[in-house]
Amino acid sequence: MNKYPLWKYLLVLVVVVIAFIYALPNIYGEYPAVQISPSRTTKVDPSLLAFVEGQLKQANLAYTGAVLEENGAKIRFKEPETQLQARDLIQKVLGDNYTVALNLEPATPRWLSVLGAKPMHLGLDLRGGVYFLMRVDMAAVLKKSEESYTDDMRRTMREKKVQYLTVTRLARGGIEIRFRDAQERDKGREVISKEMPDLDLTDVDRGNDFIIDAKLKPAAIAQKSSYALEQNMNSLRNRVNELGVTEPIIQQQGANRIVVQLPGVQDTARAKRILGRTATLEIMMVDESHDLAGALAGNIPPGDKLYKMRDGRGQILLKNRVIYSGDNIINAAAGFDSQTSQPIVSITLDSRGAAINQRVTGENVGKRMAVVYIEIKSEPKLDENGKPALDKDGRPVLVSKRTEEVITAPVIRSQLGARFQIEGIDSMQEATDLALLLRAGAFAAPVEIIQERTVGPSLGAENIKRGFHSTWVGFAAIAVFMSIYYAVFGFISVAALAINVLLLLALLSMLPTTLTLPGMAGIALTVGMAIDANVLINERIREELRNGNTPQASIFAGYERAFGTIMDSNITTLIAGLALFMFGSGPVRGFAVVLCLGIMTSMFSAVMVSRSLVNLLYGSRHKLTRIPIGNTAWKETGQENK
Amino acid sequence: MEFFKIKKDIPFMRYALIFNVISFITFLLAVFFLITKGLNFGVDFTGGTVMELNYSHQADIPQIRASLDKLGYPEVAVQNFGTARDVLIRLPLRKNTSSAKLSDMVMASLRQADPTVELRRVDFVGPQVGRELVENGALGLLFVSMGIVFYLWFRFEWKFGVAAIIANLHDVVIILGCFAFFQWEFSLTVLAAVLAILGYSVNESVVVFDRVRENFRKLRKRTVPQIIDNAITRTMSRTIITHGCTQLAVLSMLFLGGETLHYFALALTIGILFGIYSSVLVASPIVMWLGVSREDLMPVKKEALQDGRP
Repeated sequence: MNKYPLWKYLLVLVVVVIAFIYALPNIYGEYPAVQISPSRTTKVDPSLLAFVEGQLKQANLAYTGAVLEENGAKIRFKEPETQLQARDLIQKVLGDNYTVALNLEPATPRWLSVLGAKPMHLGLDLRGGVYFLMRVDMAAVLKKSEESYTDDMRRTMREKKVQYLTVTRLARGGIEIRFRDAQERDKGREVISKEMPDLDLTDVDRGNDFIIDAKLKPAAIAQKSSYALEQNMNSLRNRVNELGVTEPIIQQQGANRIVVQLPGVQDTARAKRILGRTATLEIMMVDESHDLAGALAGNIPPGDKLYKMRDGRGQILLKNRVIYSGDNIINAAAGFDSQTSQPIVSITLDSRGAAINQRVTGENVGKRMAVVYIEIKSEPKLDENGKPALDKDGRPVLVSKRTEEVITAPVIRSQLGARFQIEGIDSMQEATDLALLLRAGAFAAPVEIIQERTVGPSLGAENIKRGFHSTWVGFAAIAVFMSIYYAVFGFISVAALAINVLLLLALLSMLPTTLTLPGMAGIALTVGMAIDANVLINERIREELRNGNTPQASIFAGYERAFGTIMDSNITTLIAGLALFMFGSGPVRGFAVVLCLGIMTSMFSAVMVSRSLVNLLYGSRHKLTRIPIGNTAWKETGQENK
Repeated sequence: MEFFKIKKDIPFMRYALIFNVISFITFLLAVFFLITKGLNFGVDFTGGTVMELNYSHQADIPQIRASLDKLGYPEVAVQNFGTARDVLIRLPLRKNTSSAKLSDMVMASLRQADPTVELRRVDFVGPQVGRELVENGALGLLFVSMGIVFYLWFRFEWKFGVAAIIANLHDVVIILGCFAFFQWEFSLTVLAAVLAILGYSVNESVVVFDRVRENFRKLRKRTVPQIIDNAITRTMSRTIITHGCTQLAVLSMLFLGGETLHYFALALTIGILFGIYSSVLVASPIVMWLGVSREDLMPVKKEALQDGRP
């Protein structure tokens, strides 16, 4: 009765082998590497890589491998020391057009990576890095858009000759428009509802005042919020790219939050500085009366300035006077032209911007207008050795660096107003990118960091060591006890427990989860809890033996009867694990994942794996008179019927 | 090897009242400390900034305090963390200062005093996040409790569910009481430990109840207290060995896991110790007093048939 069909043995064997393969990458560790990523205007190709390799060889910096990847190249080293030297060298020879960053590359052998086996993804507390939770101030976004509506209403009603008394934005939100009589109000409502379809208008009579209450429609609020969030995430993404982090996570969380996770970032101060940057837009006129070639030769006309084009297509000469700025852009959206079905970007300006736009474009039909993207970075100043310079207080000296690029410079076809579109865009992708960039200045929605977690790399390494150490010692202690107390059956239980840990590690490597320090605690705890199932089984077998059953029958009954209890006791822990997963955040979630997975793997290993071992060892022995499970030669008294 | 050669059932239920009185007193004490001393909430819940620093030699704490004082943080908790070279600084929330700036400022000023200082970790939690974490923690506790009651109700009977949850929530209160009494830091990971232990120690009640149900079926002549006594005695061996094993793993975490896991492991330790006691010796008497009977656990259909006869 203690025989498994062949398929069950095979199943156990296959599962264990697969688990072994997928858990294997974790033991290889990581190589220090240098990652080269291109900027918008450059490319990383084989010739560049060859050039870099040549430079490294010349400088006598030994590297173990160089690979070209989809977005950049990675060069591996043996020692972190060489990695640092190489980084400095490569950055120096390549200049500002490439991002050169330190990195850690998993040292998984090729035959394992081919199978898709990867090491576990380590959380920030284990590998160091930065985590930010940011909140986009949606109230400020709404306030700004209501303020611009207030301006627009005044302008529109003036244009349409509607007699209004006042237009005020209320502190509690919403806009109030007062009229002298109901007739004017009707006119006003008609004009506003036509021009501003995003507003909900309600008539209110208060004493002698005839009022319209205007509120943004919920759909419009949702759209504005999501635009603000999208824009913020986009600019964060652009900046993170510059950091050269391998696996950055930038995610929306809830309606108005953004999570940024930069694992493995060594220089956390720099990361914070780069993320905190702001971008603005300025609109200027292109100087077409002067020759660009002359300006490039150094002959810049007075009042003009040379700008780089963002797409790398040379330079452009602009009249250095800001016509209006990105603050005046309310919205920019990519779309298709209704007639030509070409990709376009449609732009909406606030009333101040519209008024200026109307005047300037009216005067300059046929000329070009340029949109300049400005970003101010602050970077540490480097001394002559390429090390950060320090001031007398020992802080790094920061210098502001202004990046100014022309995003687009379209020709003005006719006089424009509050709404206009940019045409002549090659693809929808380009239109989307352009719209995002244009919005970058528009919704400068204030972002506030509401949670931050920075872990230095040395603490991360120490946490791994501690977590690993405590799991291992816990396991060893349990193994020793079990083998002594339950003899061979204890040994089988320990084997099952080891397979349980193996399965857990394999699952954690295969699933897109992140291992955190509490997660490692979860592994240690799982080891302690998973043994419960085997203790239950072994105790049950002993009891059956004491009651005078044959060894084979006792093994059978022990496994069969204990199973119900094992299920029950695991389900309550699973409930707790699920709750932790649902309500927990960050590292606690990591703990919950490990706890839940560990419970499930322990059901398999404690019941099926240990059973198959027992069956294999004892199942086919017909004359089994004793089994080594410790002392069972005593009887409880007072036991009645069975 | 065998530790538990208990030949006769131990009459636990005779002392049921004593167990419950002990529990009740411990519980009251825990509540008393929770009210008078309160929990020493970590930065996860209160909001604020925690910085962990490492010096290459013994840290000069008065000097660190002086540096912080200059920055306008006179009453800041500065303490050693693990070794004499590690320092933990806790800064309160302050309006208009972002965490990134704050930690940079502090580091700059400390580096000026001693250039060997290394920043190991910064945790900043804004006020609204802290509030949310408290809410989510409470929700988690509620969810686990309800889940367990419903599961045991479905699996056994409502009396078992109620008894188990009373016994185990009283564990939770006692763990919290210990944290309040010793003013250990109560962080998010400790909360995770508390919830995990809630799920874990209910196991004990489940195992005993399982045995009680089996005994009701098998030992038809015995009284309810005798049945419970037998169930507890017969499961005692596995209870103690299982918990001993779990405790081995937790102890290794307590001693080797470092500062971060220290309180986590401590909460688990208290939870395991009290968990054994309460889910066996507190839950079972409650079930008895709630009036559990053989009929509660027997198939209901037959009874309905019998009762239905005229």
